[in-house]
Amino acid sequence: MSTTPPTNRPTEMLEPHAWGGMSFQERMATAEFRIHHEPHIVVDGSVCSDCSTRECVVACPASLFVPTSDGGIVFNHEQCFECGTCYLVCNREGAISWNYPEGGHGIVFRRT
Amino acid sequence: MSTPTLGLDCDVIVVGGGPAGSCAALVAARAGLDVVLIERGPFPGSKNMYGGVVYPRILDSLIPEWWLEAPIQRWVTRRSTMLLTDTQAMTVDFRSEAWGRPPYNGATAFRPDWDFWLAGHAEAAGAQILTSTTVTGLIRDASGAVVGVHTDRPDGDLRARVVIACDGVNSFLAKEAGLYTHTDAKHFTLGVKETLALPEEVIDERFNVRDRQGVDIEILGGTSGVNGGGFIYTNLDTLAVGVVLKLPALAAQKARPEDIIATLKAHPAIAPLVQGAELKEYSAHVIPEAGLEMMPKMTMPGMLVAGDAAALCLAAGIWLEGVNFAMASGMYAGEAVIEAIKAGDLGSKGLAGYERRLRDTFVLRDHRKLRRAPKLVLSDRVQHLYPAMVANTVERMFRVDNPAPKPGVRRILREERKRAGVKLSDLARDGWNGFRSFG
Repeated sequence: MSTTPPTNRPTEMLEPHAWGGMSFQERMATAEFRIHHEPHIVVDGSVCSDCSTRECVVACPASLFVPTSDGGIVFNHEQCFECGTCYLVCNREGAISWNYPEGGHGIVFRRT
Repeated sequence: MSTPTLGLDCDVIVVGGGPAGSCAALVAARAGLDVVLIERGPFPGSKNMYGGVVYPRILDSLIPEWWLEAPIQRWVTRRSTMLLTDTQAMTVDFRSEAWGRPPYNGATAFRPDWDFWLAGHAEAAGAQILTSTTVTGLIRDASGAVVGVHTDRPDGDLRARVVIACDGVNSFLAKEAGLYTHTDAKHFTLGVKETLALPEEVIDERFNVRDRQGVDIEILGGTSGVNGGGFIYTNLDTLAVGVVLKLPALAAQKARPEDIIATLKAHPAIAPLVQGAELKEYSAHVIPEAGLEMMPKMTMPGMLVAGDAAALCLAAGIWLEGVNFAMASGMYAGEAVIEAIKAGDLGSKGLAGYERRLRDTFVLRDHRKLRRAPKLVLSDRVQHLYPAMVANTVERMFRVDNPAPKPGVRRILREERKRAGVKLSDLARDGWNGFRSFG
């Protein structure tokens, strides 16, 4: 293993077919979400607009933070794992107000 | 069951139906206390996932012969620790037939199954379980003592003599109560997992097991340069494959979690194990990894904290445990509450039995013993330099370079240490730290 992140991997390894031709949308569709219309997490785009590091965009396992062309961030709460990664990695005070969804809603991991 | 004092809805409110909450509720309800367990998901366990092994020895006293009924996937009889570089793999593999027989050691299980089952025991003991209810805050009296919780139900305030917060890694209750001094991303990792379907017999064959035996593979070095680790656990007819990633490193490295899993799965040592498996469920959860360094104050007047909410998760490299710490801390919280209610003192002094139990048992003793381990395991040298150094050393030991004679191991190690850019003083310090942690 190199001391730097491996950049020498064949790029096709990182393409969807490496894990069976599955898109990210299909990946997310494997988890069950009972969506509440009201977002439990609110992102203040005005705070995000001058953030250049954008930790949330990389780290959110559900990839719910999407940069917009005008330098903002669009956030969609619907497929949120409620893990807490975004508010933990965020360096901007007040950018993310984070709550759990209303009881009975949100991610439901499956019983066998 | 006792009748709660006037103005109270119950004796004990437990927030969160995970392993900590259910054990707390079980113990308190068995003692005849009036217990309400509040779970925000539609059923206990619905919000919970982990990598995959539970060590239930602590249940022997609570649920004798739990193994006859617990919803396990496979009994772990093989433990492998694997070290990966881009082109190399080294595995230390241990197996024991004893771990495949009662009283067993560890098992793979799905958390929604496991947690639901445990909550059933709490319910059978008399605890009332309120699902689909999110606790939104604490109710405190004029002195600051916790006397109940607000929930998102209409007229949803609930009052009790004591609240046991088992509300998970984000514990907004412990934070609201001021039990955490601060929250720092570097104390947390993100676990992402793929549950991959394969026929039972294919798993048996690929992992060299049979009869519900299972395998636990912990991986160092397969995380695309992000500090963390990888894992593969065998369920009955699925594999749990994933990575645990240090949060600041993940954010800084600009590598997406699902890409890191994909890269791990494409490794020549891993690909044949997961080939052809179909993704059944993708999941993620945050893990409190920093042990003693991040732990909150465990009690305050009217409230105790247990499980992940109290950062009682052991992430010490070769020991990765959490559910057992949650079950034990929940159980001890329940016992301490019984004592405190009997003594009529739910203040700090009355609840002191909780911290005493944590200190006197594996819960804090393991954490104290292994206090240096989490930082060491996630350190840059262990993560980025040592895997290559070790793998290259072993490769040269076993490579036959005839007609050249075999070089001495000490010479190889010296050369490989230099090639990896490891200072002898750092290696000695890490070695000493490792020895003090694990020895």
